[in-house]
Amino acid sequence: MRQYLRPYRFRLGALWTMVLLNIAAGLSVPPLVGAAIDGPITDGDLDALWVFIGAIAAVGALDALLNLVRRYFQTATAMAIEADIRNVIYEHLQRLHTGFHDQWQTGQLLSRITVDLGMIRRFFAGGLVFAISSTGMITIIMAQLFWIEWRLAVIVAVAAVPLFLIGRGFFKNFLPAARAEQDQSGEVSSAAEESANGIRAIKALGRGPLMAERFEKEADRLRVLGVRKSLIAAKSWSAFGAIASAMLGATLVIGAIMVANGQLTVGQLTAFIMLQLNLLWPIEAAGWVMAHGNEAMTAADRVYEVLDSEPAIKDRPGAKAVDRSALRGKLAFEGVRFTYDDDEREILRGVDLDVRPGETLAIAGRTGSGKTTLVSLPSRLNDPTAGRVTLDGTDIRDLELAGLRRVVTTAFEEATLFSMSVRENLALGRPDADEADVEEAVRVAQAEFVYDLPYGLDTRIGEQGLSLSGGQRQRLALARAVVVRPAVLVLDDPLSALDVHTEELVERALERVLQDTTALVVVHRPSTVALADRVALLHEGRITAVGTHSELMRTSPEYVDVLSAESEEVAA
Amino acid sequence: MTVQQEKVPTQQDRHVAWRGRSEQADAERTSAELDDAESIRRLRARSRRLLGSMMRPHKRSIVFLVLILVGQNVATMATPILVMYGIDHGIPAISDHDDYSVMVAVGAAFAACAILEYVCVRLYIAQSARVGNAMLYALRKRVFWKFQRLSVSFHERFTSGRVTARQSSDMESIREMTENGVDDLVLAGMNVVTITVVMLVIDPLLAAVSLLTFPLMLGLAKWFSRVSAVAYRKARETVAVLIVYFVESMGGVRAVQAYRREERDRDIFGRLNHENRFAQAKGHQQNAIMAGGMRGIGHLATVVVLAFGGWQVMIGNTEVGVLAAFLLYMKRFFDPLNELVQFYNVLQSATAALEKLSGVMDEEIEVAEPAEPKRIERPSGEIRFDDVRFHYREDQVVLPGLDLLIPGGQTVALVGATGAGKTTIAKLVSRFYDPKEGAISLDGVDLRDLGEADLRAGVIMITQENFLFNGTIAENIELGRPGATRERIVEAAKVVGAHEFIESLPDGYDTHVRKRGGRLSAGQRQLVVFARAFLADPRVLILDEATSSLDIPSERLVQRALRTILADRTAIIIAHRLSTVEIADRVLVLESGRIIEDGPPEVLVDSGGDYAELHRQWEASLV
Repeated sequence: MRQYLRPYRFRLGALWTMVLLNIAAGLSVPPLVGAAIDGPITDGDLDALWVFIGAIAAVGALDALLNLVRRYFQTATAMAIEADIRNVIYEHLQRLHTGFHDQWQTGQLLSRITVDLGMIRRFFAGGLVFAISSTGMITIIMAQLFWIEWRLAVIVAVAAVPLFLIGRGFFKNFLPAARAEQDQSGEVSSAAEESANGIRAIKALGRGPLMAERFEKEADRLRVLGVRKSLIAAKSWSAFGAIASAMLGATLVIGAIMVANGQLTVGQLTAFIMLQLNLLWPIEAAGWVMAHGNEAMTAADRVYEVLDSEPAIKDRPGAKAVDRSALRGKLAFEGVRFTYDDDEREILRGVDLDVRPGETLAIAGRTGSGKTTLVSLPSRLNDPTAGRVTLDGTDIRDLELAGLRRVVTTAFEEATLFSMSVRENLALGRPDADEADVEEAVRVAQAEFVYDLPYGLDTRIGEQGLSLSGGQRQRLALARAVVVRPAVLVLDDPLSALDVHTEELVERALERVLQDTTALVVVHRPSTVALADRVALLHEGRITAVGTHSELMRTSPEYVDVLSAESEEVAA
Repeated sequence: MTVQQEKVPTQQDRHVAWRGRSEQADAERTSAELDDAESIRRLRARSRRLLGSMMRPHKRSIVFLVLILVGQNVATMATPILVMYGIDHGIPAISDHDDYSVMVAVGAAFAACAILEYVCVRLYIAQSARVGNAMLYALRKRVFWKFQRLSVSFHERFTSGRVTARQSSDMESIREMTENGVDDLVLAGMNVVTITVVMLVIDPLLAAVSLLTFPLMLGLAKWFSRVSAVAYRKARETVAVLIVYFVESMGGVRAVQAYRREERDRDIFGRLNHENRFAQAKGHQQNAIMAGGMRGIGHLATVVVLAFGGWQVMIGNTEVGVLAAFLLYMKRFFDPLNELVQFYNVLQSATAALEKLSGVMDEEIEVAEPAEPKRIERPSGEIRFDDVRFHYREDQVVLPGLDLLIPGGQTVALVGATGAGKTTIAKLVSRFYDPKEGAISLDGVDLRDLGEADLRAGVIMITQENFLFNGTIAENIELGRPGATRERIVEAAKVVGAHEFIESLPDGYDTHVRKRGGRLSAGQRQLVVFARAFLADPRVLILDEATSSLDIPSERLVQRALRTILADRTAIIIAHRLSTVEIADRVLVLESGRIIEDGPPEVLVDSGGDYAELHRQWEASLV
């Protein structure tokens, strides 16, 4: 946490100085009032009273001004710190590998950058300042109390013991309760986010009531946890206030006896009690401050859960830059094995495969044979568990990640378009692409429909813009990959949503693009195989056959089963 | 092509518009910043109504809570009185008469007050947590349900990020309010009243003088609530925009990484974060001004009372003890107010959130449930389009007037180019939208007259997006028929050919699919969705490109299953693979929303029309 505070250390230092000055100013008022009562008012000295009043007015004005300035900048600083941490989390999340994102619901991440950061910010802006100011205040008041009458002050000090004990118990119970509530709040956000994203699927099935029922279950759990947390708070806070009041009563009785015995003046006792009244609020509020502190602690824990997750895929020390112009584009898989984190079974069990520079290699295989996993490796969306993937003979893990992804481009079957213009979506992988590049890519992908959109290439699409059909999205995703003109192009079943006629046109146009590009293409259809120079059959995590389409049709019964046009026709 | 509803852009719009959607339209659809008095009043009334409806079921509890607070108030109020009494009477009694009984009584009263305070505070926190959480729970439920009922076009306009924002960060604002400070507000209110009364009783003249500062306080509070309402309303929107962006970029993180969009994303997110930071800070800074001002007024009051009171004492109009007590009360008067100022922040933020939520609650449901739904006992599955006209945008008519009768049990395939209206027809039958003109009926009953439950039991659509929910494979299939046994789930998976790959997963049917089914391939997700639909067993099944990602062996299985499954039910199939189309009884070729060919596939193949041409191309593609 400290690193986020460092840029603001001078500001924070100034703030906390102001807090202390503020307390000093605030606390000088009661003694002045006491002195005014004991002095000029009791003596009937009007002129002296004016002096006191002038002093109180000046100190009061200073107090108010300090308060205003402090809060003003305290807010700005706390907000700045919150925004900084939010940026850091966002950047970190972007670096985290896809495996992490698969496991984390967006709602949980969201609640970290909103609710949890809010708690931390509030603690810095409110709780912490309050804790500092009350500690300062209690110290000063206690000092004054001791100065006025030490025996009475000892009685006040003794009250600290039960307060401490109660506070300790509170910490122990409240912390886990707060954590449980915050986690559940993330679950509720996740449920809300998922239902918003899946609204079409839900409506298509008419499962709104079911989803509502599930959401209610989560929300109800949140309710129960919220109540439980507050019950813990209720137990401690109430004791805090009561102890403070009891203490005041004890002081009054004993003080009165002392006054009666002539050991104390009425003015002194009044001043003492007025000061002590100032203690009531910090003590009563200590419970609240502790709760805020606890919540901020658990919130920080939750934030660090994300920040401490190491990106599994990052630059190795000494990673080499990638020189696009010197790249030939020879891609090789050498004994590649892959296992998902939480799964003992190997998806890839020793894949050996060479793709020659400029060659187009198709990957065929049954559903679940590991095709999608395999094609996620060249751009390092996943790293192999064993073995290596090389580009021109260099292990791709020894290359700079950004550079690698500039030369290896992947188009996914499910096209993700972002809420920005068509043009920006297309130039995503190559922001410096010019108009001609974009137009060429649109043509290759048969995506001319974009010119008919209300603002042409400037039309905003994605969730916050116009929605497009599956086929349209897929063509844009393909065009996006083409714009990059990478050395290695990876296409995961890029034409599945296209009709036969369009597919044929796209293929014809793609052929020219693929001529001097190394390409790895996942295929499900014989028609798409036409793009490829060779086909590799992936079966149960291994490459069991490589050859041209007609070779494999002759030699591999497994291949025939997966890709035979005849069998499709027979079924049809 | 599915294009959402939008105004035709004028030349001027083009200039102000940001890539197809103007900021103005953004603001409009969420009524982010209304500043004319009339709309603010409407906004206020709307959110007050919502708040009222939230509190109504808890009327008794709230009364009880107020009573507890009164008790607490009595306990805390008694303190200065006891102090005064102790000084004025207890001390003289001891020093003059050696009589300790008064002091003992004061001490006992103090002990009683401490106990009363303990009980009240404890009861209050526990009880208010119960009520507050129950209110929040009910509100969450209502908002969620409302979003569920709102139409697809609403969701497309509003975006999922905003839906999430309303249910997370806005709710959080309200939660914060229920958790902190409502008691302070009530206590401060009581405080102001009781202390004013007590002061008037002790010394009316002094009291009148000290109340001179009252108008100043009111003015300050009024200023704050006016300016900060605007600031907080704005802040609710900036945080929503931030969330929209966050949700979107985290959802598409694979593409972000693959295309190295990290840096640009960071810039945009950083900018939104920056905007949000200042929007949030603004209200808080106005609050700081108010807080400082309040403290200043408090000090001013002390000075005035001291000067006037001191003079009164000097001329013998009042006693020192009275003045001392008065000054103590003044402190008790202002201290809670100073604390309350901070809570005012939370309150304003929650009010802004309530305004947003009340906006959602007031949103008109475009595809509404009928007031008196008609029932169909056993639908035969006959679908009729009666001169149906539809467009998403005024300038682009999708269906110019469609007449179509699909008898019960018939399987119809829709064929045509992108933008011909195939998906639109599917969505109209599933009632994602209502036709602009004309009517669509199931067994002669207008879809608009059917209850939601009846409609969905009759018509189910498999959409293009293959959406999987967080949970296991079995749970995802079970969505088709909640409560289905494991046997039936497995059976459905077997029928569509998903059983084999599911069994090969580490935990079989109990394998968690991870976020959005991230651990499955597109083809696998499609099979799971298919199994889900088969399990649902509707009279009318709509398949919108539901087999596009399947490999040939899977598709073969699915087709075999389709033949049996569709034998006795109505089906509308959209597929670009003619292998799927060929199982249909009837093919409709669409062009610009009109049916240009209609007949059994085997007839159309030989007719020499568009379908025959498509079929020829398809055969050629099989190599």
